[in-house]
Amino acid sequence: MTARRLPSGGRIDRSRTIRVQFDGRSFVAHPGDTLASALLAGGQTLLARSFKYHRPRGLMAAGVEEPHALVHLRDGNRHEPNAQATMVEAFDGLKSTSQNAWPSLQFDVGAVNGLMSRFFGAGFYYKTFIGPLKGTGFWMFWERLIRRAAGMGRATTLDDPDHYEKINAFCDVLIAGTGPAGLAAALAAGRKGENVILVEQDHVLGGSLLNEQAGAPSDTWLSHAEAELRDLPNVRILSRTTAFGAYDTEVFGLVERFQDHVRAPEAGKPRQRYWLVRTKRAILATGAIERPMVFAGNDVPGVMLASAVRKYLNRYAVLAGKNVVVATNNDSAYTPALELAKAGAKVVICDLRRNIPAGLADSVKKAAIDLRLGQAVLKAEGGKSVRGTYIVPVDSNGRATAKGTRVICDLVAVSGGWAPALHLWSQRFGKPQYHASLDAFLPPAEKGAFLCVGSLAGAASLQEALSQGHAAGGSIGREPSLSGPDDFWGRDLMPVTVITKADGSTPGKAFVDFQHDVKLADVDQAYLEGYVSVEHLKRYTTSGMAADQGKTSNLNALARMATLRGMEIPSVGTTTFRPPYTPVAIGAIVGHDHGLYFRPTRLSTIHDWHKENAAEMIEAGAWLRPWYYPAKGENIRGAYIREAAHVREHVGIVDVSTLGKIAAQGPDTAEFLNRMYANGFKTLEIGRLRYGVMLREDGFIMDDGATARLGQNDYFMSTTTANAAKVLAMAEHLLQTAWRDLKVHVTTVTDQWAAIAIAGPKSRDLLTAVTKADLSKETLPNNHLAYVLVADVPCRLHRMSYSGELAYELYIPAKSGRKVWEALVAAGAPFNLKPYGTEAMGALRIEKGHVAGAEIEGRTTMKDLGLEAFASSKKPFVGSVLRKRPVLEDPKRPSLVGLEIIGNTGAKAGSLLFSLNGPTKGHGEGWVSSTTYSPALKKNIALALLARGPARIGETIQVVDFLGSQTLQAKVVSHHFFDPEGHRQNG
Amino acid sequence: MLRIHCPVCGLRDETEFTYGGDATMRRPDMTESDPKAWVDYVFIRDNPRGPHKEYWHHVTGCRQWLIVKRDTLTHEISGSYLAREVADLADEVAA
Amino acid sequence: MNHYSALSILRHGLTGNRHWSRAWRDPAPKPSYDVVIVGGGGHGLATAYYLAKEHGIRNVAVLEKGWLGGGNTGRNTTIVRSNYMMPGNTMFYERSMQLWENLSQDLNYNVMISQRGQYNLCHSPAQMDAARRRGNIMRANGIDAELFDRAEVMRRIPYLDYSENARFPIHGAIYQGRAGTARHDAVAWGYARGADKHGVDLIQQCEVVGYIWDKDRIVGVETTRGPIRAKKVALAVAGHTGHLAGKAGLRLPVETHVLQAFVTEPLKPMVDSVISFGAAHFYISQSDKGGLVLGGDLDGFNSYAQRGGLPIVEHTLHSAKALMPSLSRLRLLRHWAGVMDMSMDGSPIIGKMPVEGLWLNGGWCYGGFKATPASGYCFAWTIAKDEPHPDNAEFTLERFERGCQIDEKGAGPQPNAH
Repeated sequence: MTARRLPSGGRIDRSRTIRVQFDGRSFVAHPGDTLASALLAGGQTLLARSFKYHRPRGLMAAGVEEPHALVHLRDGNRHEPNAQATMVEAFDGLKSTSQNAWPSLQFDVGAVNGLMSRFFGAGFYYKTFIGPLKGTGFWMFWERLIRRAAGMGRATTLDDPDHYEKINAFCDVLIAGTGPAGLAAALAAGRKGENVILVEQDHVLGGSLLNEQAGAPSDTWLSHAEAELRDLPNVRILSRTTAFGAYDTEVFGLVERFQDHVRAPEAGKPRQRYWLVRTKRAILATGAIERPMVFAGNDVPGVMLASAVRKYLNRYAVLAGKNVVVATNNDSAYTPALELAKAGAKVVICDLRRNIPAGLADSVKKAAIDLRLGQAVLKAEGGKSVRGTYIVPVDSNGRATAKGTRVICDLVAVSGGWAPALHLWSQRFGKPQYHASLDAFLPPAEKGAFLCVGSLAGAASLQEALSQGHAAGGSIGREPSLSGPDDFWGRDLMPVTVITKADGSTPGKAFVDFQHDVKLADVDQAYLEGYVSVEHLKRYTTSGMAADQGKTSNLNALARMATLRGMEIPSVGTTTFRPPYTPVAIGAIVGHDHGLYFRPTRLSTIHDWHKENAAEMIEAGAWLRPWYYPAKGENIRGAYIREAAHVREHVGIVDVSTLGKIAAQGPDTAEFLNRMYANGFKTLEIGRLRYGVMLREDGFIMDDGATARLGQNDYFMSTTTANAAKVLAMAEHLLQTAWRDLKVHVTTVTDQWAAIAIAGPKSRDLLTAVTKADLSKETLPNNHLAYVLVADVPCRLHRMSYSGELAYELYIPAKSGRKVWEALVAAGAPFNLKPYGTEAMGALRIEKGHVAGAEIEGRTTMKDLGLEAFASSKKPFVGSVLRKRPVLEDPKRPSLVGLEIIGNTGAKAGSLLFSLNGPTKGHGEGWVSSTTYSPALKKNIALALLARGPARIGETIQVVDFLGSQTLQAKVVSHHFFDPEGHRQNG
Repeated sequence: MLRIHCPVCGLRDETEFTYGGDATMRRPDMTESDPKAWVDYVFIRDNPRGPHKEYWHHVTGCRQWLIVKRDTLTHEISGSYLAREVADLADEVAA
Repeated sequence: MNHYSALSILRHGLTGNRHWSRAWRDPAPKPSYDVVIVGGGGHGLATAYYLAKEHGIRNVAVLEKGWLGGGNTGRNTTIVRSNYMMPGNTMFYERSMQLWENLSQDLNYNVMISQRGQYNLCHSPAQMDAARRRGNIMRANGIDAELFDRAEVMRRIPYLDYSENARFPIHGAIYQGRAGTARHDAVAWGYARGADKHGVDLIQQCEVVGYIWDKDRIVGVETTRGPIRAKKVALAVAGHTGHLAGKAGLRLPVETHVLQAFVTEPLKPMVDSVISFGAAHFYISQSDKGGLVLGGDLDGFNSYAQRGGLPIVEHTLHSAKALMPSLSRLRLLRHWAGVMDMSMDGSPIIGKMPVEGLWLNGGWCYGGFKATPASGYCFAWTIAKDEPHPDNAEFTLERFERGCQIDEKGAGPQPNAH
């Protein structure tokens, strides 16, 4: 390995030396280097092994288009696979290793695949491993081996120690790219006073200007432009930031690699930031990507894009080779050729064209460059580095017309034209337009709120790029003026990039897609087999499907297919680009919304008390609720049985703050409720409560709950925890659309009220003691409400029962929830008050035969759940017509029953029901929805939906849990297991 | 991400809204007892490819239901109105 | 036509791969066919294949406006499974699974069925109960299913978040071992090649723009390549069903919505199964090439644009990191979108339409890929015999007025909730 750093020049900070590591070897670098330039400077030309054939690969590019040089970056929990060495800023202590090679990068066993490549052509897997027998075993045996070989980098299983931020931003104009066009646009728009966000993926501004020799006249302009922009308070410059996606209504996603250029983020700083930008308009100045040529050995380390060679030379002061063959079909490669010659390299140019502009010919002559017109590289020779080229005269189709010559070289610099980087534009608008003279797809200069400028829009000179940018920004201030090299690639381009022998074949593997190892021969085979549309080609050969999204391959694959089909490129098609432009770290988009903050957690105002009193909590949608309060050493079963039994004997309290609560107010509220609920609400008197069932528009049950009438025009609805949002949204929808005749306003008051249910034979005594109010049966019968004071907090007391006991619900201003709860606990000691959780609440409601979420599961009707008696026949209500559809009236539908399980083992919810002697096959005759051990009945009971259920009371059936290998027998009973007459709750 | 103009709150992100579907569906009168009319309303959609009038609910904003004119092919939004202020939901909303 | 085998690869390899023949012909449309199938995706191609193979109806054309398999067949997350519990669904999807299991041999085309198993995670006791019901129905119908508790899930897929930090702790999972993935493009191509071999004309770049009517009966289609008459016209145009049915005067219980899919950079094997999160709509698997394939929720509004938005990108990636925190430093490579027929109960429609001469196969929501073989098989049967196969008998258009919605999620008539 020889050092290739030139003694002077470049845009690196030579005053400081840093060290980077690759595969354990240390390299000297300077701030301003990338990992790629540092490795190249140190003579490390072998950087990777290819995907399929494990061919040695080096650097092809110097930017986002690099297909080969993917490495493992960092280690431990900061390990990251598939990092593009060209995009990694060098920092002191950087560690990188090669990937996809075993046992080593130098000697990789997988390279044997290359010998077999003739058998690994397009569609290889589709045609093999089908296997001699039926079934999938044969393929799956091979798949294990294939999967191990596939993939590129290795991922860590450790948690990411870094954090990320999301920033919401708004602007008038977003400008992507800070090359000459982008900067000119930013200057004009900034001067105009627009809010500008200027995005640059590099850590410095300048884009293509940075590829000029340091000290070029453009440097002065660049520094002035940057200074002016930094002075403008309305311009925000985001460097190290990629605009990865353009979305509807001018929304952009950006990722800022804020602290990725250091070993680890500084304390308190995020590694990356995700910017969600809403802009009024966008100016895209994303430049263009040079296009490689397709010839045998075009992937050998040392075959590079001419623009990359130039960038390494001028920006990093790295001379990539001393004996250089420049292969081109356009003018743009002449500038690097001349600069290489000037830097001391021996240069041969082979240009496919027979004629070139006189100016160019003169300057290469002056530079003593060996110019070979009408010639092209047919083959690059070499294994781990290029040793020479075989150069042949070619015809207008890129086919060799005669024998050629061998030229010894250590670098091949290639230019097959350029492809505007129209990814963002295409993400948003789809297919761009093909321009035959440029042999490229271009976006229109203007579409919607998007303007495209500079190389992206095919600007023919530096000055044109500046002018376009200036105009796009709003033409404020003086138009910048700069002259650059007269080497526009699109002027006399010869649209040929595939170089073959006279018979159309290549003397060795010629790659179209480098990262996926797709060869020219694969494209040819896809053509033979009829996979000729661009999408078929792409999918059949996997060309363009790799991590670089075909930045260097799409056009060449298309061009070859067009040639084979005798068509123009656009007739074959173009692929549309998908976001992101370059790969985006998942953590960046997630920001802080992970772990416990994945979703908001809703907590009752009594939550802390539950935690302090050792409650086990359980998720209920976004809420956390107390599940049970285990005594020492008690499991959930012991706890809920104890808690439920306690309620039936003494008194218990449970936090029901999570119930949905809706204030419904206005003169027509009674009519509104009457339409919303299946049962009648017109007769509900002030101070009274009524249970209601609500259907969906299609007639299935949606929700149930109690509504209180607080005043003449003032009602308080409650919903289940799960359906609160849905019920409110439906009410608002109907009131604002079909029922605009009703004067009603609804609003959520869920968070305004804490709620506690107090249940058990001693509940009245407890509440009387706490409130000092007359709560006798006569003053406060069931389904009535009263206003009481608890611990000086004014509360509303609803007498109603979910457990079947004498019970109340206490509604408390939310902020006083805990105060009132503690007051009840304190006053409850003489009554032996105990808290209970949702599990015991479930046991109590099952004993009582009340339905809950397990029964109201979106497919059950009022009839199914034995609630038909609640449905008014005197009035229409939501769902009243569709609930009567013929199949829903079928008496054979599974309907709610109780089950008493025979024996000592309880059934599991989700078990299926079968007749006693019937076959246990198919969907069964029903299913178990909820189960519990009933402390009141001392039995294992269950709620179930059973075909013709109510008609089968008394029958013994089978309860089968196939998954748990459990078959039980159960007696079908009424679902009102406990106190069916309601003596206790009405007492 | 769509940006939707709420007549009450101004231009807001799509994430503040929930979608409510075709706004040209006219809910039958409460007294309608023909199941066909309800089946049509509840289940059947024109599902146009192109201009679409649709409900959006500004759930984390003012809780108003809007009628938004949006193209289902391009996602372009050409107008938004408060549902409660639109004269006849099935008719062309006022421009 | 070439028969595919390791031997054929060897032979062609040795002769420079210059003698492969087309996988399917490129015929010009004939003036008339017995059956014209509109839509050259997986379902349309499978229908043509089974019409020819099972029913001897070979005078068939498949008309595709773009390229074969270019719609949702090539845009999905490639998952196959048969874990449905609603009568009408269960055995249909199981038929599909059984066809999948022998599809590569049947088509002589390796569609890479990888039965690597699927976990549906449960995050609450209620979800465990619902999973048990589903699993029991599967088992009672002869379909494999297992219910795992937290410890067993932890043992089998240790790389998920089991820490105190998990917002929705994993309580367990229901598992189908026969579920897995298939190579989506290969399914379209394999069926195309199979149908072509049986004499079916596959006609690409041929868009149907209207119907040919004989009074109130459909007797063919108007296309961008001229009129084509047919005794039976069958639609299999997922995403565009409403649009094409509309041209026949039909209004359907369908809305068209956009669904996104996501893939990360290629990685060495790390996720060996298909894993579905239970706390949000999210699932993950790893392709043979090494990319992690992620799926999430619908964007949620009517759309025919094959383009999704950032809210779902965020939702999906949030879910990804919540489930597997170590994904944080990995990179999203690409996200794309397809348009789905979202039906009003989440289940498809396969059958003869009220318009004479028209058959329809649509409303697949986002379950269409796994259904491909059974959909083709049953649709072909329905077209050939003028009556549904028992496995698609419930997928009628009339079920909504009859009250037998097949609502696997219990979400009600809200297309974006299924």
